Amino acid sequence: MSIWEYANPVKFIRTTDRLLPWFSWAALSCLAIGLIWGFFFTPDDFRQGSTVKIIYLHVPAALMAINAWLMMLVASLIWIVRRHHVSALAARAAAPVGAVMTVIALATGAIWGQPMWGTWWAWDPRLTSFLILFLFYLGYIALWSAIEDDDTAADLTSILCLVGSVFALLSRYAVLFWNQGLHQEATFSADKEQNIADVFWYPAVISMVGFALLFIALVFLRTQTEIRARRARALLARERTL
Amino acid sequence: MIALLKRDLMLAIRAGGGFGLGLAFFLIVTVLVPFGVGPETALLAKIAPGILWIGALLACLLSLDRILALDWEDGSLDLLATAPLPMEGIVTIKALAHWITTGLPLVFAAPALGVLLSMPVDAYLWVVVSLALGTPALSVIGTFGAALTVGIKRGGLLMSLLVLPLYVPTLIFGAEVARRGAEGLAVQTPLLMLAGISAGVVALLPFASAAVLRINLR
Repeated sequence: MSIWEYANPVKFIRTTDRLLPWFSWAALSCLAIGLIWGFFFTPDDFRQGSTVKIIYLHVPAALMAINAWLMMLVASLIWIVRRHHVSALAARAAAPVGAVMTVIALATGAIWGQPMWGTWWAWDPRLTSFLILFLFYLGYIALWSAIEDDDTAADLTSILCLVGSVFALLSRYAVLFWNQGLHQEATFSADKEQNIADVFWYPAVISMVGFALLFIALVFLRTQTEIRARRARALLARERTL
Repeated sequence: MIALLKRDLMLAIRAGGGFGLGLAFFLIVTVLVPFGVGPETALLAKIAPGILWIGALLACLLSLDRILALDWEDGSLDLLATAPLPMEGIVTIKALAHWITTGLPLVFAAPALGVLLSMPVDAYLWVVVSLALGTPALSVIGTFGAALTVGIKRGGLLMSLLVLPLYVPTLIFGAEVARRGAEGLAVQTPLLMLAGISAGVVALLPFASAAVLRINLR
């Protein structure tokens, strides 16, 4: 029993089919609880008023935008080293989800920034590096869709993902050097005793878990779709040759 | 390797449209900027170093598809791949040829175009230095992009989408050197970072480009 068993597409589909409803319902209930709790049952901040409540969307989306890229990086490495097709397809499946998470984080940030900072957009290091991350997602998705041969596309995009990760990190620190920040420092981090008051903390954690589960469920679903689409293409090709 | 470099340089000079085109593009971009932002000398002097950097970057980008696409089409890339030369060497030479035909002329042309933008006197030295240090990185990163998209018909637009985000760190540090130089501030930190990026990219990225090219030639 090892994790590499799931490199078999049949096994992967069978297992994820069983897991998918659990993950979907868990994601849905976590999101419902976290967001409703956060939006309606937490007190307003004494300075920011009710605008503070957008963090229940903003922070989890930003978290998953970065972690989606990390997941793609790991999946690309697995594809390059062990050549399991499911891994390449999972990376492909995760990219649009990650891109949407980036857009959500940028959009909610802009909506919050308008009343609080008095501007929709500032060339702040964090904002800028998120925009650059979004461009990397776009390039990655475009490269996948531009190449017809599946294996070539998987190889090229995995190398792009590896090189892109290095350059994304470089850009992150270059941008930090280039302009001063308006964005606050990280509020949530795992190694602090207490990040914010518990009333805000619990719903935030629940919606973060909800976003993570949602991401996993979407990646499962999209990977299954990719596998089935590829199978359908293979069947069509076989029929044509007969 | 030297024969390959000579061949690429010859092709770039004699085939037409390669050598001068990047320079002409650089000139046109620079000339268009005052039309876009207005002819005020003070404003132009302030943004001149940044304009020169953007112009150089775009001129580099424009000529990238010539690095590999022509050799791909007429099959000489396949011949090169079977030659007793490592693929890493081939892509490095290709990037070097691109730098000599595109990057280096841009470095020399930048001061002349700086006059058009009424760039402050202090800035000339640093614009030239930063471009000289930064354009090799632009060529090498561009070769990676060209290798990625070489198999795609009309991949130019896709290549821009892939290459431009990779240019961000180089552009930031390069333009920062030029800007600080123009304002008479200390330039050491961004200069060292720019040199570090160039050196690191020249040393490491040919391996990625070669891997990508091998996949495309499979």
